[in-house]
Amino acid sequence: MLTPSGRRARAQDDDVDLLARLRAGDEEAFIVLVERHHDAMVRLARSFVASGAVAEEVVQETWLAVLRGLDGFAGRSSFKSWLLAILVNRARSTGVREHRSIAVGDAGPAVEGSRFDVTGAWMSPPVHWIEDSEDRMLADAMAGRTHSALEDLSPRQREVVLLRDVEGLSTREVCDVLEITEGNQRVLLHRGRSYLRQALETEFGVV
Amino acid sequence: MFWRKDELVCQQVVELVSDYLEDALPRSERRRFERHLAGCEHCAEYLEQMRATIALTGRLTPEDLTPMMREDFTALYRGWLSERD
Repeated sequence: MLTPSGRRARAQDDDVDLLARLRAGDEEAFIVLVERHHDAMVRLARSFVASGAVAEEVVQETWLAVLRGLDGFAGRSSFKSWLLAILVNRARSTGVREHRSIAVGDAGPAVEGSRFDVTGAWMSPPVHWIEDSEDRMLADAMAGRTHSALEDLSPRQREVVLLRDVEGLSTREVCDVLEITEGNQRVLLHRGRSYLRQALETEFGVV
Repeated sequence: MFWRKDELVCQQVVELVSDYLEDALPRSERRRFERHLAGCEHCAEYLEQMRATIALTGRLTPEDLTPMMREDFTALYRGWLSERD
């Protein structure tokens, strides 16, 4: 099995290879590249714009901008982070952020204060839920819950969690794509991940 | 329970978990964090749950393009080829 970084390294090689082929007029190379990044692009765009249809439009506009600006890709960053940075710029100029009703605030504790005693020690400790078997169905249900909980996050938190934990970008790449500071990125990531953990504990914790 | 003044308490530990996993804690803070974990099964469980959460978040499976999307993108590519040539 490839490690995540191994998988990424190969994806990067393939991207560069596909870019060379599509420059030479290879239509299938372009489609393979589009397919590889499509979900990530739609998910990220969806965080900025009001509908799935608009998100798809942003993705198409991004690919056109990518083709026209191919010579601007110097290969200093990964193709994926270059691509997603273009997407974010287009999505920002297109999008009015959707107002979600239950967005999790960017400030606030990782765990409810009421779960600790006055000394700051656990009073209501984490309830065990980590899967201890190879139960595929349970793992799928947990992943499903994680992804529905992503919808509750504020757009800023969701964007950071998507890029770091779903797409596997590095801290540096996330900061470049979203144009935020590393400190800001860490706060958003912390809050987002903490919320997702709590959602899993609430649903799958066995007392 | 008696806490040394320079020791972390659980409520502080849960706020440092992300920085710990990101390797963003200063060395002394990291040592205090690990010292706490070594003696606190609940915080050790919490850290494992955060690791599991991150792994579960990464389990989104990509979907194939629909035939219509494939057509749209093919048209987009052909358009670009003809404007380039």
